[in-house]
Amino acid sequence: MTSTQEAYLPSGMPAPAPAVDGLDAPYWEGADNDTLMIQQCNACGRHLWGPEWVCHECHSFDLNWIEVEPRGRIYSWERVWHPVHPALKDGCPYMVVLVELPHAGNVRMVGNLLGNATDPLDMGAEVEAVFEHHRDADPPYTLVQWQRVED
Amino acid sequence: MTDRSMRGQVAIVGIGETTYYKRGQSPDAEFKLGLGAILKACDDAGMDPREIDGFASYSNDRNDPPRLAAALGIPELRFSNMQWGGGGGGGSGAVGNAASAVASGYADCVVVFRALAQGQFGRFGQGPQVSRIQGRTAFTAPYGLMSPAQNFAMRVNRLFHDHHVAPETLKAVSLAAYHHAQQNPRAVMHGRPLSPEDYDNSRWIVEPFRLFDCCQENDGAAALILVPAERAKDFKQDPAYILGVATGVPERAAATVHNAPDYATSNFKTVAPHMWSMAKMGPEDVQVAQIYENFTGGVVMSIIEHGLCSYEEANEFISYENLVAPGGTMPLLTSGGNLAECYMHGLELQIEAIRQIRGQSPNQVPDVDVSLVASGPMVEPVSDLLLGSEATV
Repeated sequence: MTSTQEAYLPSGMPAPAPAVDGLDAPYWEGADNDTLMIQQCNACGRHLWGPEWVCHECHSFDLNWIEVEPRGRIYSWERVWHPVHPALKDGCPYMVVLVELPHAGNVRMVGNLLGNATDPLDMGAEVEAVFEHHRDADPPYTLVQWQRVED
Repeated sequence: MTDRSMRGQVAIVGIGETTYYKRGQSPDAEFKLGLGAILKACDDAGMDPREIDGFASYSNDRNDPPRLAAALGIPELRFSNMQWGGGGGGGSGAVGNAASAVASGYADCVVVFRALAQGQFGRFGQGPQVSRIQGRTAFTAPYGLMSPAQNFAMRVNRLFHDHHVAPETLKAVSLAAYHHAQQNPRAVMHGRPLSPEDYDNSRWIVEPFRLFDCCQENDGAAALILVPAERAKDFKQDPAYILGVATGVPERAAATVHNAPDYATSNFKTVAPHMWSMAKMGPEDVQVAQIYENFTGGVVMSIIEHGLCSYEEANEFISYENLVAPGGTMPLLTSGGNLAECYMHGLELQIEAIRQIRGQSPNQVPDVDVSLVASGPMVEPVSDLLLGSEATV
């Protein structure tokens, strides 16, 4: 499974929208098309995440968006039991994960780990992206979720 | 490091606090709370409030200095300062900003204050109540990563993994804070003792934090008064001198979407050395510590990053017995702190550190000359303050 129409969290969560300044639009467009896009500096080759206007390595503004393989490994995790948003009242526990991408300069992304939230999870576990489409939202958007890679 | 220094040039001569309330229960408006704390600090010092000529605060405090000065009939306002960013991590930074104004002659008598009425305004511990979200939080909030506790829990799990620090250290911090609050009638949790069993049986908020690993949310206000050292003895109380102060964060600590290069950190690794350097002291000199607890895991990181113990020593050093006054190796949060006294956004910690220097703490450590405050952990920026008695300057 690399994409799904089934949401991990209950409906009513804050929906992401591309920033009005245009900085992150290619990421959201990519996710809508089942591709994982991050920034890379054209001058020095540094991978960048989250979205930024300038390279923190060489200060070039010449940043490109590249497609990266949607795989990573667990850098950290948390299991959430207390809902802090009305939509989550019956949605706990759920798992939030921080996934690093070793093939893209170890940048990290936040998502949910699909599956049973009470299953134990090891640091370093291999995961792959699942593009969770919210096609019926207005406007539509896609979340990038993660699932364990089965050996 | 530099020879330029504020060491011993500025003294804190007055402290004031309102009654501390549970969140939303203050009968007074936030601005009135702030005024009350400032006037109490003046009374504590034996000072005419019209001597105040500057104000410093942090975390976008809503009560701006020109309005305070007008309300108090202050004849001349010379310093109006806000520490940018970091929430409660700005507490010691605001003291540093006030001290630098006093030390430089920019102002003569500066109040550091914080006022909060979360019934009148919004809560900290809730997710954003909006339907669409843009910018950096668009990459976190839709996944249910929204609250402060959720923002820091993954750092602490990574600390456990990287350094084999045990979850029992978090419990020790919580139990010590609640123990101290039982001797402190001002504490909101006074009369609400916490047993190890209570802690173990408490519900998860977000692993690895249980309910009692999380600070309260409260209403109230607190204030301190800073003057030049040459005036330190003109007032009613024994002065507490500023020995060292520092603020900041390591490289790219505020990188978005949890991309700080050093992740499992309280952000004090680059900050504490500047404080020690200014103070010409080190962790071995500290007799009592007030370390900001948004969440206990950040306190554990802070203890280590201030050199009070090493990663390898942490599981043994950070024990309930070592953290309680008066007998512990490193008495911690001796008023009860954010966990059990009041979440006065950490400014109650500076006040307690001053009480320890004066000999007025509800959990007094004997003969305190050096008293540490660490504001922040895991936020950007964090800040540090080392206070000393007259014997240290």
